[in-house]
Amino acid sequence: MATPAEIEQQPPRPAPISEAEPPSGPAAALILAGGLAVFCMGLVTTLGEASTGIADALQWNDRVGPLSGKTLITVIVFAVAWALLTALWRRANPPLRSITIVSAALILLGLLGTFPTFFQAFE
Amino acid sequence: MHLSYREWWALIHGIIFGAFFLLAFSGGLAGLWSLRTEWVTTEGLRERVRRLKIGTVTMALAAWGTVITGTWIVYHWYRYTSPDSPKSKLTADPTTAAWHTFGMEWTEHVAWIAPILATVAAGLVVYYGAYLARNRTVRNIAIGFFVAAFATAAVAGIFGALITKAAPVH
Repeated sequence: MATPAEIEQQPPRPAPISEAEPPSGPAAALILAGGLAVFCMGLVTTLGEASTGIADALQWNDRVGPLSGKTLITVIVFAVAWALLTALWRRANPPLRSITIVSAALILLGLLGTFPTFFQAFE
Repeated sequence: MHLSYREWWALIHGIIFGAFFLLAFSGGLAGLWSLRTEWVTTEGLRERVRRLKIGTVTMALAAWGTVITGTWIVYHWYRYTSPDSPKSKLTADPTTAAWHTFGMEWTEHVAWIAPILATVAAGLVVYYGAYLARNRTVRNIAIGFFVAAFATAAVAGIFGALITKAAPVH
């Protein structure tokens, strides 16, 4: 049981953060690159279903099939977009909330593009 | 009790990487949610941020491990054209064909969204560190990406497990 002296003691102080907040640019670059990559996955999935020519072109590995091209293109888009946007916004402070909304819209479109009922409608 | 070479890889894909990601999620979410300056001391914040950085980066790596092993190692055993492959067995029977035409088709694509979103969440945690405790907007964005990564991984994981039950890779 706590003694009166202990009760009167100050509670632990909340953590102070003294340094200035880092620029939002690198974070915005990552958020938008993520949205672009997910949108890309949905797009190539739907395009691959809509055209046998595109599906064949996406077959970068015979054992894995068209999924090999879809996944590698998506990863390349993610990496390149992340690198380019980071270089562009390294010291900038773009509005994080607006960029997140754009990224969320891209993610929703990407999710739609990877949903079988949707992309199989283009067969 | 014996596991074949392929079953070992299915185990690494689904249980080691996949299940780790899904099971670690609740701890990561609780850590992110409660990371607020008014709730933690300076020492507590330093320790919590270090743990969150390690946790979210490990989870992102596990998500990448899950999809890479799933797509590039296990998946081609599933989709062999031989009549005894899991895909051939499922599609041969109209009562089980939807496990492939809907379940597997969704799993193989949506699964790749999880590591991308988990990487964004981990990147935000690493970049902002202790500022996540003060900046509610950034913290909420990180939580949003973290939850979305879990949701897509859960869809892929649930269908993956059910498809494996219907037609396992041997």
